[in-house]
Amino acid sequence: MGVHRTYEEINEKIRAGKAVVLTAEEVIDLVEEKGLERAAAEVDVVTTGTFGPMCSSGVFLNFGHPKPRIKMAEVYLNDVPAYAGIAAVDAYLGATALPAADPGNRNHPGEFVYGGGHVIEDLVAGKEIRLRAASYSTDCYPRKEIETTIRLAEINEAILFNPRNAYQNYNVAVNLSEKTIYTYMGILKPKLGNANYSTSGQLSPLFNDPYLKTIGLGTRIFLGGGIGYVAWHGTQHNPCVERTEGGIPKVPAGTLAVIGDLKQMNSRWLRGLSYLGYGATLQVGLGIPIPILNEEIMAYCSVRDDQIVAPIVDYSRSYPYREGGNLGYVSYAELRSGIITVNGCRVPTAPLSSYSGAREIALTLKEWIQTGQFLLTAPSAPLPSVESNITLKPLPQRD
Amino acid sequence: MVKQKLVLHFPANLVEQPFIYYLIKDYDLMVNILRADINPRKEGRLFMELSGDEDKFRKALDWLQESGVKVYNLKQQITWNQERCTQCGACSVVCPSGALVLSRPDMTVRFEEEKCVVCELCLRACPARAMEALLDGDR
Repeated sequence: MGVHRTYEEINEKIRAGKAVVLTAEEVIDLVEEKGLERAAAEVDVVTTGTFGPMCSSGVFLNFGHPKPRIKMAEVYLNDVPAYAGIAAVDAYLGATALPAADPGNRNHPGEFVYGGGHVIEDLVAGKEIRLRAASYSTDCYPRKEIETTIRLAEINEAILFNPRNAYQNYNVAVNLSEKTIYTYMGILKPKLGNANYSTSGQLSPLFNDPYLKTIGLGTRIFLGGGIGYVAWHGTQHNPCVERTEGGIPKVPAGTLAVIGDLKQMNSRWLRGLSYLGYGATLQVGLGIPIPILNEEIMAYCSVRDDQIVAPIVDYSRSYPYREGGNLGYVSYAELRSGIITVNGCRVPTAPLSSYSGAREIALTLKEWIQTGQFLLTAPSAPLPSVESNITLKPLPQRD
Repeated sequence: MVKQKLVLHFPANLVEQPFIYYLIKDYDLMVNILRADINPRKEGRLFMELSGDEDKFRKALDWLQESGVKVYNLKQQITWNQERCTQCGACSVVCPSGALVLSRPDMTVRFEEEKCVVCELCLRACPARAMEALLDGDR
């Protein structure tokens, strides 16, 4: 007894236009109403989504050669430096890179008006980007400098490759100190003035597959408004942490490395951001379809915000100085209500990740699958999960 | 009765004169100061809500302008660029007047312009830079 489906069976239904697809939000009511078994029997795929700032993002670019050729040891795009320590005319532009002329935090808090994330957004939007490159000259690559403009459609490749996206859970950031602080978790007002958080909770991909039973190498996903793939587990992937009864990690845990062709993405879902006093980054839209292979997977996908908790962390002291510990846990239902209680104080909350954007991504992916444009892929290898014994290591400091 | 939110621009030579005192004493108006950038011998800006009898209100504005104070409607000073907004909600805890709010449970951002006090905190707090300031009003 029980429900068992294969990826191939699900894809057959998608091709026939008969797949039953619900978002991770919609499926909650269905499971409550009909129970796990009947819901699992009815639903083929559950779609998830997240649209938040993801600093570990960037794009590999190949510009093609000018005449004569150039090695391009240094590359700047709209004055933002890209990493060029790879083959000639290849570079990697990271989301947090800033122009040399950016004043940083010299006039604190700095504004970080334009960085790598903004260049990526402008590239995807089809805007003209100023390319400046320089190198020493070689017999095969004689040219020393070039300055020109490029557009995304004109260059050979633009491959979005984000080494750490879709964090499974994240800290709720507060400030216990006496002055306002400016962090990657936004502006934190003094004396518990606000609490900022950053996930889409019950819609978030890795909360709906907490043990990574369906998401693996090669899983086809929604990435930046186009199609992408899971390339590897992400950096700082840390699956062996304390979990709730339902298997949800109580602290930041799994991450994904994802990849996709930037040329078919959309600037609506790749947005350059400026965090006051912190830096530039990229807001990435990402959604993952979860095949309902059996009732167990259905149970994971029915997770609700009140069953997901996150640790409250002081970003004035505990986080920056790595003192450890937290101020307790709070559920995403409480976070989304707008007010939480910390140390007996009522503290207003704000998200940094767009919940309505996450919902739109899950709905878009649902439509792609329902209309047969998007087929599911079985992973070619699993990602490390709770049996991996991975631990998150600090940096050794030696004299 | 009229009630309007205004921005007063004072040239440096007028900054030290007690305009508010005369608005209250001579024109019998109610003044609610929202924000002020006033420094000795520098150009100043005053954001306020002014209310009272319509006739006196109009006369007071004429007097201000004759005195060299520029008066603008505050209404259009801050605008919300919906295209740029990614609907995250980070602004909602920074905005002191409740003009920028995150509607629940649908979690979408709403800008209630009439509540805006033009403190401009949102301009830099919005990571997507979706809040924009116009330099001048429309009067």
